[in-house]
Amino acid sequence: MSKTVTEAGVPVARKRADIGWRSRLRAFYNGSEGFKGYTLLSPTLLVMLFSMCVPFALMVLMSFWSQIGYEFDTAFTLKNYDKVFAEPVYAKLLVRSLLISATCTFATVIISYPMAYYVAFHVHRHKMIWIILMTLPFWTSYLLRIFTWKVILGFNGAINSGLIGMGLIDKPLEFLLYNPTAIVITLTHAWAAFAILPIYVSLEKIDRSLLEAATDLGDGPVARFLRVTLPLSLPGVIAATVLIFVPTVGDYVTPALVGGPDGVMLANLIQAHFGIINNWPGGSALAIVMMGIVGLIAMLYIWMTRLVVRNIE
Amino acid sequence: MKNVSYIDRPNRPLFVYAVLFLAFLYIPVLFLPLFSFNDSIYIAFPIENWTLQWYRDMFKNEPMIAALMNSIRVGVVASVLSTFLGIFGAKAVTRYHIPGRNPMIAVIMAPLVIPGIILGVALLILINRVGIPLSLYTITLGHILVCVPFSMATLMTRFEGFDKSMEEASADLGENAWWTFWRVTLPMVFPGVLASMLLCFTISFDEFILAFFLGGTDPTLPLYIWGQLRFPQRLPNVLALGACILLISFFVVFISQWLVHRDHDSIKSAG
Repeated sequence: MSKTVTEAGVPVARKRADIGWRSRLRAFYNGSEGFKGYTLLSPTLLVMLFSMCVPFALMVLMSFWSQIGYEFDTAFTLKNYDKVFAEPVYAKLLVRSLLISATCTFATVIISYPMAYYVAFHVHRHKMIWIILMTLPFWTSYLLRIFTWKVILGFNGAINSGLIGMGLIDKPLEFLLYNPTAIVITLTHAWAAFAILPIYVSLEKIDRSLLEAATDLGDGPVARFLRVTLPLSLPGVIAATVLIFVPTVGDYVTPALVGGPDGVMLANLIQAHFGIINNWPGGSALAIVMMGIVGLIAMLYIWMTRLVVRNIE
Repeated sequence: MKNVSYIDRPNRPLFVYAVLFLAFLYIPVLFLPLFSFNDSIYIAFPIENWTLQWYRDMFKNEPMIAALMNSIRVGVVASVLSTFLGIFGAKAVTRYHIPGRNPMIAVIMAPLVIPGIILGVALLILINRVGIPLSLYTITLGHILVCVPFSMATLMTRFEGFDKSMEEASADLGENAWWTFWRVTLPMVFPGVLASMLLCFTISFDEFILAFFLGGTDPTLPLYIWGQLRFPQRLPNVLALGACILLISFFVVFISQWLVHRDHDSIKSAG
């Protein structure tokens, strides 16, 4: 480390030559820190902005078009949106998607909270190992983690064959796979690792002396948790909720693999519009409506939780 | 011995819960490797005959090897480019007081909270309108978009962990910005760069949803697996392949996370 710095001092003489107009320009440039920061940030920011804004703008534009065979009629029309709001199947699938996601988000946060709490407050040595162990599965193949539940819950899967082998049941239990419950189990397992991190970070930040103050002032463990720890960790809980709810509403792989006919979600229909149904404008309208509703719910949720927290304080 | 605060006292029920939680995370995943040694093409307990046949078959499976090579190519390009963008972004937001810092970070982190299907569909429309044929390149583009937030997050921890005065010292000694970056900043953040590359590679290697929309005729490994899931008789091959992928992913991610956390802790304790 110190070696690098010493070496860095060597080529000074080489640079003396180019002091002149450049240094004046540099002096101006160095004077404005915000400008300098933005120059550095711009490649990343522009790439991200371009590759998100342009596609979204095009998607919005396309949702006002109509599909003719493999071509598009670019005349402005609202019929895609009319269809989304008029046909009850869309509303039904949307409600189902929202319910499945909400259940899964709730389950994920509930089971992750104690785990994050344990690591934040009761692990003192090898904390790093615990954090890595908790989050490791999240980074591994999503497809395979979903597939593994098909292996476990399937008609000829691990649970059924295991129970038959032990003589507990005669024929396979059919209710395990291909229903919304299977989706909830699979998604909860897939996203649990993602919920832990934000909750853990907010718990870790809590000043321990606040907890001691609460105890000194006569709060028992339960009151202390409800009045100090929980409110202070709510930002983490809110972040975890949004980080899981929004992506899971749009999941189509899990319903396709373990959902069965009763577990078809709105995202499967969007995917079909860009596949076998071959109606891209219709699919775009559907995707935009879904995003809008999910975004609205997420914002409403954040606003309400903040309001509740402020009232408690 | 210091008086241990009641807050820090060991909590046995919570410990049991933590172990159960880890079991819930890991045991389901272990079923893939377990059944990959099963002689039968049906998944069923008890496993009667054990075999390595499915692993031997893997090496002879040419479409699979081709898909593997595609995935590696996409993963390497995506991880290098996203880490490159991540370095710029992370240095800018941690080293300079830029106005509107948090909204800017939010924009870059946005792909984390956009459902994969929406990103996939939107990018598909763009690529279709521009008229680029779907290929491994278009998959790579999509993967860069989802990798940059993770790269930024990894590198921001790293940049925040080391002292700004090191860079200032180098500048005071006459180095210009580029040489300071090459000879001071980069060596200091190198573990973060490595961690970011490993993490981005794994994300890209395992990514399915964007690849599904943006892929052409050349499949990546997850697309190949998706195709195989339709054929029940191919199940054991998928299990063996899946077991290998999981093992390698776990290993690579473990190293990347270890790099991030180890160095972050040691810098904190040194400073």
